[in-house]
Amino acid sequence: MFPQHRNVVVAQTQTFCVISLESNPQTSSEPASLPAEDISTNSNGPKQDSLFDDDPEDLFAEATEEVSLDSPERDVLLSDGPSPAITPITPPTSVITPCIGHAHDDMFTHSSFDEIEEEEGGDSFDMHISVSDPEKVGDGMNAYMAYKVTTKTSMSLFKRNEFSVKRRFSDFLGLHSKLASKYLHIGYIVPPAPEKSIVGMTKVKVGKEDQSSNEFVEKRRSALERYLMRTVKHPVLLKDPDVLQFLESSDLPRAVSTQALSSAGLLRMVNKAADAVNKMTIKMNESDAWFEEKQQHFENLDVQLRKLHASVESLVCHRKELSVNTAQFAKSAAMLGNSEDHTALSRALSQLAEVEEKIDQLHQDQANADFYLFSELLGDYVRLITAVKGVFDHRMKTWQKWQDSQMLLQKKREAEAKLQFTNKPDKLQQAKDEIKELEGKVQQGERDFEQISKTIRKEVSRFEKERVKDFKTIIIKYLESLVQTQQQLIKYWEAFLPEAKAIS
Amino acid sequence: MGNVVSVLLQPRAVNVDLQTDATLQVDISDALSERDKVKFTVHTKSTLPNFKQNEFSVVRQHEEFIWLHDSFVENEDYAGYIIPPAPPRPDFDASREKLQKLGEGEGSMTKEEFTKMKQELEAEYLAIFKKTVAMHEVFLCRVAAHPVLRKDLNFHVFLEYNQDLSVRGKNKKEKLEDFFKNVVKSADGVLVAGVKDVDDFFEHEKTFLLEYHNRVKDASAKSDRMIRSHKNAADDINRIASSLYTCCVSNRRTLQLLSVVVLQKIEARVAADEDLKLADLLKYYLRESQAAKDLLYRRSRALVDYENANKALDKARAKNRDVLQAETSQQLCCHKFEKISESAKQELIDFKTRRVAAFRKNLVELAELELKHAKGNLQLLQSCLGILKGNT
Repeated sequence: MFPQHRNVVVAQTQTFCVISLESNPQTSSEPASLPAEDISTNSNGPKQDSLFDDDPEDLFAEATEEVSLDSPERDVLLSDGPSPAITPITPPTSVITPCIGHAHDDMFTHSSFDEIEEEEGGDSFDMHISVSDPEKVGDGMNAYMAYKVTTKTSMSLFKRNEFSVKRRFSDFLGLHSKLASKYLHIGYIVPPAPEKSIVGMTKVKVGKEDQSSNEFVEKRRSALERYLMRTVKHPVLLKDPDVLQFLESSDLPRAVSTQALSSAGLLRMVNKAADAVNKMTIKMNESDAWFEEKQQHFENLDVQLRKLHASVESLVCHRKELSVNTAQFAKSAAMLGNSEDHTALSRALSQLAEVEEKIDQLHQDQANADFYLFSELLGDYVRLITAVKGVFDHRMKTWQKWQDSQMLLQKKREAEAKLQFTNKPDKLQQAKDEIKELEGKVQQGERDFEQISKTIRKEVSRFEKERVKDFKTIIIKYLESLVQTQQQLIKYWEAFLPEAKAIS
Repeated sequence: MGNVVSVLLQPRAVNVDLQTDATLQVDISDALSERDKVKFTVHTKSTLPNFKQNEFSVVRQHEEFIWLHDSFVENEDYAGYIIPPAPPRPDFDASREKLQKLGEGEGSMTKEEFTKMKQELEAEYLAIFKKTVAMHEVFLCRVAAHPVLRKDLNFHVFLEYNQDLSVRGKNKKEKLEDFFKNVVKSADGVLVAGVKDVDDFFEHEKTFLLEYHNRVKDASAKSDRMIRSHKNAADDINRIASSLYTCCVSNRRTLQLLSVVVLQKIEARVAADEDLKLADLLKYYLRESQAAKDLLYRRSRALVDYENANKALDKARAKNRDVLQAETSQQLCCHKFEKISESAKQELIDFKTRRVAAFRKNLVELAELELKHAKGNLQLLQSCLGILKGNT
């Protein structure tokens, strides 16, 4: 019925324009435009390979930065530093030296850190934790969900190869709270626990067995699993006795201080507010450009990830809508087919209705994939970045403490100098003692600061590696789900086509 | 942002549904979209003696198409034909609004984002534009293909007269009149529809069309909603793609670039094609089935008039008053009714043939396009995955 020369519209529908991006040199600020050209997928092959030859240097360098392996900052990592008193577990520093040299060759072999871990524990990271079997325990408002935490591992750190325990949500929060109090202030990026949700939990407690509360439980289960995996992937956290106890011991003391409205919870909120104010008043003399750049980098990343997260959430919403509308259209098409009096056309329309119904299911599955793979990952990383920023803040606080001690020392020295001219031997001695004490404090402060700076560098490098790995894994999974969707679509439409052609 | 869009269109291939011949070929060879109106260049090729030349073009606006359509509807002689539905008014408001919003928000996004969104919106504008051109062209082609309508004088004037036809759009009073006319007509239609038809063919057609029309309406609405959701999802994916892109440029995660591009185009094109093949088809048949219903209404109206005239004649004969008048009136009604019935039958049969052919064509094309996209996407995704996995 429609004029056939509207080919122009059809042509616009072919758009595989991967190519335009490859020619972009990495440091260019102007990304190539994404034109709607008709490029056959064959030509993708050779050009795409060049993308990876182009990617030489440091994974963690932004366009402007050059942290080469000979730079002084790296030397700090490589040298045999003193074993600081604060860190509970220090990897044997002599180990670090040989490995990092290979870090830059290939962004996807995480040789450096894996080897470090190997030397430490004697075995490579081989551990899989699953959170499963959510079970409602109790009734009414005191009810809670118990999850089975199963650990499968071959690492010598553990007594057995496979074991499981029952944990509830507040246990996870308790674990995180302990780890945070032990490690955050010395610069370790402690993965944040999943968020509380009063609304979600209340629905579950009240006993609503509907889809939204099932979804909530599933969402939480998945989040808890990711949380644990991230925590144990951290070589230092893995060895923490609290973590081991969490995974292994069948009885765990109830973590009451995690309740939002408990006194500990309120204290936490007050502290958070105080911290925020303090942060604004600390003006640090950043002597190290690396930190400044990294902070900026994480700020940018934070903004971008949030934006991305919002877009993905919107996508999930629209896909669900699409699924509903497709189902409705399917029904409508079936009705139309029924009233159509030309038999072949009627049959074809019914077939169309069936196809659309199946596609609606596909959309739903795709929406789930969007959500569980993409959206949740992004949410995790938004929270992780907050933890990273927190660690940088702690460094600032450490610096502040050091500076404060130094200033106090200065004052005491001035006071002592003045006291020299008075005839008060007791006071003078006291002043000298205080100065000695303060000198020790200043030295400690400096050491703390250096240690936290060193730890942060390691942590950031580890974090970035994990991030790349994580995103890559998720993107692969996501693309695989898309592949499946397309394959199904092909199946359905191929089945439909002969029906359509059969209309005479 | 261009307010003037011109589209140069190639001569169209012969459409499988319309019996066109060399005696009269009409198409829209060019179109210009200005601030608030669209100017269509109607191009005619004809060997008919009625025209001064064999090939000529005129410029027409939407109101002139409506004038032509209405003149058909109001012409009693054409009561027995399905009048090709009038093309819908060109509506760029939504698209223009979006472009305007984009212009306003230019400061808040990066240059790349802005350029990309602008491209997308301009493509959307272009698509709407092409659609409206297609709708107007289809109307003209249907008229040109109709054995009787193609001879209409107004039609020839429309095609040939190279000055402005000076048809203004209806003013408020006329629109109000139309509104009331429609109300009366639908009320009447209900009454008339209640009259059982002796003729099985028409009785069947009446029931069929009533139900069909309603279901097409429903399907059209639902398909619009579905496609709108699809477009929303596609927009989201575009936004995600540009976010990932900026993310990647600063973090040098080149792999993400690949997947980004892949994600981007998949949904948008599928939605656009579905729109073209499915939604437009349903919308068109919604209007055509309405036109067919109108025909049936006119016939039923004529039947009722005929029956009334019969009754009046009987009464006149009984009273022996104004018999001649009643007889002429009755004969007129009879003649009118029979004429309508005869052509209506053929029209309805043709309608069915056209409908089946159009659905077949569009469904096949829809399936083929969906397959093409899915296969292309699959290939792209798989090569992407190959590279991602191979690089570990």
